[in-house]
Amino acid sequence: MIAIQADAIMKHYGSRAALFGASLAVRAGTIHAVVGENGAGKSTLLRVVYGETRAEGGQLSLKGRAVPLGTHAPRDAIAAGVGMVHQHFMLVPTLSVLDNVVLGREPRRGPFVDVRRAAAEVAEVGKRLGLEGVDRPVEELSVGEQQRAEIVKVLWRGADVILLDEPTAVLTPPEVVALFEVLRALRGEGKTIVIVTHKLDEVVALADETTVLRAGRVVGEFAAGTAADDIARAIVGGTPPVDAPAALTPGDVRLEARDVAIGRAVRGVSLSVRAGEIVGIAGVLGNGQSELMLALAGILRPDAGTIRVGGRRGHIPEDRHARGIILDFTLAENLVLGRQRELAMWLPPLAPLARAALARGRVVPPDPDAHAAELSGGNQQRLVVERELGRPGLEVLLAAEPTRGVDIGASAWIRARIREAAAAGAAVLLGSSDLGELRSLAGRILVFYRGRIAAELPVAEATDERLGAAMLGLSA
Amino acid sequence: MTRLAIALLVAVAVASALILLYGESPAHVYALLLARTWGDAYGLGQVVFRATPLVFTGLAVAFAFRAGLFNIGAEGQLLVGSFVTGIVGAALPAPVAVAGSLAAGALAGALLAGIAGALRARFGAHEVITTIMLNFIAQALVLWAGREAFFLPETVHTAPVTARLASLGAGTAASTAFFLALAAAIACHVFLYRLRPGFELRAFGASPLAAQAAGISAGRTIVLTMSASGALAGLVGAGTVLGYKGYFEEGMGSGAGFMGIAVALLARNHPLAVVPAALFFGTLAQGGLAANALVPKESIEVIQAVIILAAAGRAR
Amino acid sequence: MIDFFLQGLRISAPYVLAALGGVVGERAGVIQLGLEGMLLGGAFAATVGAEHAGILGGLAAGALGGVAFAAIYAFVALRARADQVIAGVALNLLAVGLTRYLLKLIYHSASNSPRVVGFDTSAETGAFLGATAVAALALQVWMLRTPAGLRLRAIGEHPDAADSLGVDVLRLRAAAVLATGLLAGLGGAWLALDNHGFVDRMSGGRGYIALAAVIFGRWSPLGAAAACLLFGFADALSLGLQTAQTFPRELTQMLPYALTIIAVAGMVGRSRAPRALGVRWPP
Repeated sequence: MIAIQADAIMKHYGSRAALFGASLAVRAGTIHAVVGENGAGKSTLLRVVYGETRAEGGQLSLKGRAVPLGTHAPRDAIAAGVGMVHQHFMLVPTLSVLDNVVLGREPRRGPFVDVRRAAAEVAEVGKRLGLEGVDRPVEELSVGEQQRAEIVKVLWRGADVILLDEPTAVLTPPEVVALFEVLRALRGEGKTIVIVTHKLDEVVALADETTVLRAGRVVGEFAAGTAADDIARAIVGGTPPVDAPAALTPGDVRLEARDVAIGRAVRGVSLSVRAGEIVGIAGVLGNGQSELMLALAGILRPDAGTIRVGGRRGHIPEDRHARGIILDFTLAENLVLGRQRELAMWLPPLAPLARAALARGRVVPPDPDAHAAELSGGNQQRLVVERELGRPGLEVLLAAEPTRGVDIGASAWIRARIREAAAAGAAVLLGSSDLGELRSLAGRILVFYRGRIAAELPVAEATDERLGAAMLGLSA
Repeated sequence: MTRLAIALLVAVAVASALILLYGESPAHVYALLLARTWGDAYGLGQVVFRATPLVFTGLAVAFAFRAGLFNIGAEGQLLVGSFVTGIVGAALPAPVAVAGSLAAGALAGALLAGIAGALRARFGAHEVITTIMLNFIAQALVLWAGREAFFLPETVHTAPVTARLASLGAGTAASTAFFLALAAAIACHVFLYRLRPGFELRAFGASPLAAQAAGISAGRTIVLTMSASGALAGLVGAGTVLGYKGYFEEGMGSGAGFMGIAVALLARNHPLAVVPAALFFGTLAQGGLAANALVPKESIEVIQAVIILAAAGRAR
Repeated sequence: MIDFFLQGLRISAPYVLAALGGVVGERAGVIQLGLEGMLLGGAFAATVGAEHAGILGGLAAGALGGVAFAAIYAFVALRARADQVIAGVALNLLAVGLTRYLLKLIYHSASNSPRVVGFDTSAETGAFLGATAVAALALQVWMLRTPAGLRLRAIGEHPDAADSLGVDVLRLRAAAVLATGLLAGLGGAWLALDNHGFVDRMSGGRGYIALAAVIFGRWSPLGAAAACLLFGFADALSLGLQTAQTFPRELTQMLPYALTIIAVAGMVGRSRAPRALGVRWPP
């Protein structure tokens, strides 16, 4: 039986086609992977199936029943037994797991929510997935637990088709392994799983069938057992670029932190980075690494400890939209942001200054008067990287998630720029949730756990297993 | 532009309904309204007179908004500003009375708004609530101080100022204060778009986090912006105290603070556009008075509110 | 002493009703600066209602008047996606202008309506105050225990999450805003009926103070009601001081406003607004 059959799906955002005649056929009782680059349209396709994004054209049928796409909404998908786990969790942080699960379909007793019945049912589903304590507020849950809460939500609603959008992006390697076990168990119960990802090894490990999207079109459909290289070629439409690590010889210490403490997030961290050295930071989101980066960048003031930054500092902030750029500002204005004090009180025309930088950063469009909101994510990040790295005399570079949500071309360019900066003598501290990225750039990797450095591994010893264990605080 | 057109269309529809309810002909009222405002020199002068405070308060709201701050307290700021302008203008010798009293008025407005800024910066208290409360407090304070010390016996106004701003003639209440208002609009524009602190202010308004990452201090920006905004509102006395009455009187300029929100909204918070927007609302106010014999001038208050409501809507 | 206590309760009643309305609207994620206008609109409508249909007619008309203003606000803020602060302030200006216009149109006066029936006996007053207290309690239970209350809390915190589960966010928000208008309108009705008529701008900033009470009461019905009692008794105290003539009247009048500022400044950090408050949805 076919659980999902989508054909010729069309969706535009402005003039950009997110989906251009994309299709998806998922057999019931299988794990089906949808892969592709950032911006290939994977998530959009999933949201169309779930009814969250309205397609402009195409056909969709769920379990053999045609669905009118013009009015398709999440409640229709839910009614058809389809549930979705979003990349950015759709959980109300102040409410308990229980409240989140039953929201919108609350069991009633008279005019009230039947709390007892709800608690029993939800706890039962939670137990199957290894989630205890369903009366805890969601904001007290770990990321892995929140994801399970999302799956509980879907299962409690009686879904037998589960859509997961980039479920592993926020997880540590051991959590990924655990998630895959859960997914396989669900397949064993006869559920259908659709998983969107951009990580090939996951596809190979898990999927019965794989659909590859590129630029909104389906460019390949593969059965289990296909070689990873074949799928990779389909994803990028050619041979993928290979990162070549360069040997670096470290010099003097340029960046140093001693016993830094920030609220409850950072509890005594000491580290030092030498000129020409790239040091990586790994850790599950929320273990203090973000706060430490902000403190090193001079944005957060530590409660205790000292920070020494020797020379000019560049900072690629973790959240590009919040701290890196101003969407309502022009590209020229964005390029002087943070360096405005170097300009005269009476500002010079900014556009001429910006043109060269936009060309160096290969920002498209290279128009100084365009607004940052008009740029794709990759081009926004190119602008930030060019602004922070493109100035002479850079001595310290703080890069937090420099390639997150960025297409492969821009990612490769950004990594190359970071390597160049180190080769030119900058001390680089690189935070990333992409362990592969850390290994390809850094000489050693610091693992954060609960506000402290739980482990320091030379890159040669930084296997997924060891990093993952340290990220969960399991070993030293 | 379409948004503006829709707003005006809705306003005209509501206005017509209000006029019809009163048994008058809308066409007749509109004709009268136009004739008594832009129809002759006197009407035009009165429009300019009524627009002058609105330029200052419109600038006050727009300027603060550029930093992402809502100054709903222009009403109180213009009140203390005008009051202080009246007192200082009466106390200083004629040659320095105008400059001195305006500076004092601006300072008073800045102080009142600065309190709201400091409360936001220090405690995170939202400026919308605090500025509204400060409006009530300013009202009570001015009344108290006036009665206790500054109002002439048996009156609700202060002693006459020693020097005034020149009238624009035609028997109107308009004065050179209007040119001061124009200068303020240009100054705001230059500050925001040509000077470095203006760049920092706009950066903070567009994204406080990004501004912080760029080394811009949130607290400093909030306090200074609110103070500058209050100073603009505190200059309203130029037109009313120095340009028209020659003294401060209880209730003077009331309403102009809230209308400043409408002006700024219509001008999309652009300092230069504040001037035509203020002239538009000045026309409505003056025209409403002229038509008062036919329809109560309160209908103009309704129209103004309707314009804000309609213009505040956003395209999806 | 009993007099002072009763006085405090009487003064608190419109605050409590407006603040309860404010809690409902704000927990749904919609800023309620327009409480002031809904109070004023409710007061005027109640006057007209009481003139023609007695106290109950006045109460019903007051509630309707509040709902009418809330409907305008809901349309502008939710449907037309206006900035909620601006729309709220504009709604208040509209209420002032419209009631003044109607005062002239209906009563041919620039300042007040003629005397209408209102609360005279202590039984009537007691019934109204009692009903207000019950409303606060009922609202607390409703919000914490019923499906609709759960959904209300969800859409004010994370509307996307609620939407993804099939909750109709905009419809529920609109309903919440109308409920805000209903409660605030009843508060206005009390103002008018307690005063036996309408007076120009008779809301006098009470809506804003009620909103501060919502913040001070941490967006919970009972908390907000308690904060309102605090403000109400501060008012009663300031009235008492005025009659005692120990302080200038103007300065004692400032008391509730100054108290509001202190309350709001002191509460921040310990009181967290609904996360989606004032944020347009859908984005």
